[in-house]
Amino acid sequence: MIVAAALIVLLPFAAAVAGLLGSRWPGGVSRTEENNLRANRRAAWFAVSAAVAALALTLWLAWQTSGSGGSGDLFWAEFLPGSAEGTLTVIGTGAIPISVGLQVNGLSVLTAILVTVVALAVQVYSVGYLRGDSRFPSYSAFISLFTSAMLLVVFAADLLVLYVGWEIMGLCSYLLIGHWWEDRANSRAAVKAFLVTRLGDVAFLFGIFTLGFAAGSFRIDDIIAANLPTGTLILATMLLLGGVAGKSAQVPLHTWLPDAMAGPTPISALIHAATMVAAGIFIVARLFPLFPQPTLDVLGVLAAIGMLGAALAAFAQDDLKRILAYSTISQLAYMAAALAAGSPNAAIFHLTSHGAFKALLFLCAGAVIHHVGSNLLSHMGGLRRAMPITFWTMTIGFAALMGLPPTSGFFSKDAVVLAIEHSTSPIRLLLYGSALITVGVTGAYAIRAWLRTFFGEEHVQALAEPAPGTAHVFDGREAPRTMVWPISLLAIPALLFGFIGVADMDWPSAAISLLVALLGAGIVYTAWRSAPHADPARLLGPFRAPCEQAFYLDRAYAALIARPILSLARGVVRTDTHVVDGAVRGSARLTIGLSSFAKLAQNGNAQLYVTGLLAGVLLIAVGAVMWG
Amino acid sequence: MALAVAVLAAFDYSAPERMQFETDLSWIPGLNLRFHLGLDGISLPLVVLTALLSFLCFGYLAGRPSGPSQDATRLGVLRPRALVFTLLVLEFGMLGTFVALDLLLFFVFFEVVLIPMYFVIAIWGGTHRRAAAIKFILYTLLGSAVLLLGLLLIWSQTGTLDMVALAKSHPMSRSVQIIAFVAIGIGLAVKTPMWPLHTWLPDAHTEAPTVGSVLLAGVLLKMGTYGFARIAIPILPEGAEAVAPWLGAFAVIGIVYGSLACLAQNDLKRMIAYSSVGHMGFVLLGFATLTPVGINAALFGNVAHGLITGLLFFIAGAIKERYGTADMTRLGGGMLTRLPYVGSLLTFACIASLGLPGLAGFWGEMLALQGAFQPATALPRPLFLTFMTIGGLGAVLTAAYFLLMLSRITHGHPGEPTTTPPGPPVDTAEGIPDLTEPVAAATESTGDSAIPAPGTDRGLIAHGSDEAEGPAVPVGGGDEFAASAGGMHRAEESGVPVGPQAMVDPGAAVEMPRVEESAVPVGGGDRSEGSSVRVRGTDRTEESVVLVRGDDVVEVISGGGGQPGPGSKLADVMPSELAAWVPLVALTVFFGLWPSALLALTDPAVQSLLGAP
Repeated sequence: MIVAAALIVLLPFAAAVAGLLGSRWPGGVSRTEENNLRANRRAAWFAVSAAVAALALTLWLAWQTSGSGGSGDLFWAEFLPGSAEGTLTVIGTGAIPISVGLQVNGLSVLTAILVTVVALAVQVYSVGYLRGDSRFPSYSAFISLFTSAMLLVVFAADLLVLYVGWEIMGLCSYLLIGHWWEDRANSRAAVKAFLVTRLGDVAFLFGIFTLGFAAGSFRIDDIIAANLPTGTLILATMLLLGGVAGKSAQVPLHTWLPDAMAGPTPISALIHAATMVAAGIFIVARLFPLFPQPTLDVLGVLAAIGMLGAALAAFAQDDLKRILAYSTISQLAYMAAALAAGSPNAAIFHLTSHGAFKALLFLCAGAVIHHVGSNLLSHMGGLRRAMPITFWTMTIGFAALMGLPPTSGFFSKDAVVLAIEHSTSPIRLLLYGSALITVGVTGAYAIRAWLRTFFGEEHVQALAEPAPGTAHVFDGREAPRTMVWPISLLAIPALLFGFIGVADMDWPSAAISLLVALLGAGIVYTAWRSAPHADPARLLGPFRAPCEQAFYLDRAYAALIARPILSLARGVVRTDTHVVDGAVRGSARLTIGLSSFAKLAQNGNAQLYVTGLLAGVLLIAVGAVMWG
Repeated sequence: MALAVAVLAAFDYSAPERMQFETDLSWIPGLNLRFHLGLDGISLPLVVLTALLSFLCFGYLAGRPSGPSQDATRLGVLRPRALVFTLLVLEFGMLGTFVALDLLLFFVFFEVVLIPMYFVIAIWGGTHRRAAAIKFILYTLLGSAVLLLGLLLIWSQTGTLDMVALAKSHPMSRSVQIIAFVAIGIGLAVKTPMWPLHTWLPDAHTEAPTVGSVLLAGVLLKMGTYGFARIAIPILPEGAEAVAPWLGAFAVIGIVYGSLACLAQNDLKRMIAYSSVGHMGFVLLGFATLTPVGINAALFGNVAHGLITGLLFFIAGAIKERYGTADMTRLGGGMLTRLPYVGSLLTFACIASLGLPGLAGFWGEMLALQGAFQPATALPRPLFLTFMTIGGLGAVLTAAYFLLMLSRITHGHPGEPTTTPPGPPVDTAEGIPDLTEPVAAATESTGDSAIPAPGTDRGLIAHGSDEAEGPAVPVGGGDEFAASAGGMHRAEESGVPVGPQAMVDPGAAVEMPRVEESAVPVGGGDRSEGSSVRVRGTDRTEESVVLVRGDDVVEVISGGGGQPGPGSKLADVMPSELAAWVPLVALTVFFGLWPSALLALTDPAVQSLLGAP
């Protein structure tokens, strides 16, 4: 079993190596058109076959761990009670050893299924989306590397091993956001994403240290089993929250995610919607027994702010992908709220269903963007006849996002709201109020995006030369087959996955949130009916501009952090040349100055020398006489 | 190198804490000085690293017909043999330092290294090499003087200079230990270099030739840190305890200071040099914790830094060679378009250097921070927690400057900033024909590509220019030839004489108007022979027109309006470079994925080193 887990992690990694080194070699090293095509094909085969193999192995693992003998109140423990652990080697570092090992349990298998399914869908989809891109081999190899890193995070049995995977994910995110690096904006977005998450990751690393040194081991099971004092736990989990907020794009470290949409759309689907951003939630769920109430309250407050703020920001955006990005922040905040309410169950349930429907939404958005050649809602409209499959699948996705029955989002969102309702947390009311309002706003922005994309008048005009950062414009009416198939496949779990939670439904509470969602949607629909050409975002009135700018947080960060650091850097360089090096040069000048004094005696005048000599002799003689 | 591999194979891995391969000969009996050499888990990795890097440098030199010296033409003689000789002496000194077990012998080897390095910088360096070399030697000699004082103090107190004996018993009193530690510490810190004794480093790196930079960063800096592990800490434990907080403080200042300095740098090599200050800060922080994990971290960080920074300097040298400058604003963007392989390798090296887990740089950094989390019991913990936090922020800054640098020079469109010189320095040479006939490149016939201009003597080429893309090397790989066979593009002629000049003085190119430079193609004696020369290929089907505007704005405008195809114009990775880089890349990945390979070697040695006070 553990071998299978190791293979699941290693296969995509091998595919990444093969894709990077082997797709152009041997033969076809030069970059001609034909060689590019061949390299792309080969790279696609590497990547897709590894993804298929990983998925198959994960399903096998799921079958192995499944059974009904599960116990405990966590639903993954119920379905998938089996577990296994294996340690490959232990690295002695002089202090606490790092045990390189993997662990399989219900939670990790469940998340791994999500990761491998979405990864496979995205790999297949990318073949069509990036057809003809000369850098496709490296692109697909990075996706494979990312998949491998994410699976390492999921299966890791040791916190430091987990951290390794955690950072590699960040790297892949950086590389893939910057895939179209000809455009400076993409490059900047990639750097920003990496740095913001890295800032959180440093805190995360320190949190790992705190836990590890307190428990005397970095193994997750040992740490959970250790009876740690509450003070240490609060400190450690607060630090961990830094990393969680960075990776899962929670307030206040969320600003990188909307910018990260500069990457190719399949990447947004995989990394910035379904998997990597969910890793933070996954970690909290994995280490949930360690989180004391104060930390959960902090998480809850952040989540309450984040979900509503991001939903409002989503309502005002014009870029389809940015809408989805803010929606991701908002939905991740739902999961965080569920965790804060003390229910990792609901959080993971929502994580899985969100992974499915948000990946679906992004892939559909990619198809739309592919068709229109622009990200902007104002360039879209009336696409439902041109792209029937995309229309229907995306409708399912939006319905799931709004939480309409019978999609998966309905069940999972209800589970979250229910968990908040029943929680004993001191901030229950805040969370509940925020969650309900957000449900309404979510309905509003989802219906706005849906209406403005697929209804109304068609004003599609193909752009002459697509800017880098947008996909190429195709003449075909529907997206290519490699793109349609993954979309259709993902629509199935997005529609049906929720039924595993049907037994735990609480209908009155579900009805309330459904009503709120429909209320939000209804307002927008009425506004749209009255004026189909105008953007329903006008409903926000004077708040529209701050919402569109995401409450100016980016500018604040630029002014408060980025610029001071840069000017500090310039100051350091000045100091270095003038003060530190100046002291060095000054000492040299001092030496030269001193030597010019000494030079006075060495002026070549023989008389002076003789005089000096005689004076010396005289002095010695006098001295000898006096003390002799 | 072969010897090093043999030693590596013969090393007794079961007992790395013990000295092995000891040679103990009487050297100067009158003073009881002994020629005592030996290897253990601490020195072995460094010895192998030294041998490897030196070997790669020689491979790199041998693979290039035209020697590394950028000033060769200006000096009139290239003296490749002299360079090899100097490097061999350098290697001798470095290896000696790492195996010496006698304090005075250590000092002698330590000094032996300085002289050849001085010559490497002073003879084969860049424009301001004199000043840099003098600064380097004075700085380090001054440090060595203090170091010698410290060593003599130990000698006078204990009567022996044998490190093994000294590490076993510590007869000195606490105050003497502190004084000796401070003296030795300063001496080693100059070499390491520790803030604020680092200012020789950026100058030396910027001016040194590629191989010099590689060895300087890869090995010379390690001699300082090795001294801490071998002499300062085991022999003077009480002194170390007293001074460690200061050492830690200077280390974290160095981390943050180096990173900030990098953020504002414009010169690529200078930036990498400052990044060394930051990385060595992590190494020193590891030492300052005085815990096994911290010292392991420091040793690991040493090796990793040697590999990664060596690689970075190799690549930076290659870039400087191709573009004729290492100034980032002049390099412009789009390196991934123009030199896809060099660009990706640079990306790899930067990512390794910023401490990404899974690559070698991470473990040193992470373990150093871990050491600082729980320093030795005698040290104040809150202080070290502060150090850890600052160090963590420094790690973020490290990521920041590397990524910004990558973003500046590898991303974007190639022609973006107008001040970018269009190609290798040779292109500036090319400016000559282009000045008179702007479309020379396009009209030049394709048949005689890669044939030296008449009157150019072959021997001159062999050592004449730094331009490795000279005729003796398959230019740009088969790629380019295939392209020129395919069609009417890309006429490659070999440009010897002027090339070197332009490339020799990137600084000069900045200072003096370009027109003047190109208008005087015959500045040096050798240069007079080369009249024309490398005409760079045009792109695919587009004509490229080289414009010379004003004084030094040279720009290639692609006629077709599209962007230049990948790999055009500049030769991408050359076989000799690849041969030198691949081992470094492979080892970086290997140690990153398998840190226990190194830790298993150093850990027992470190344990015994700290465990026997």
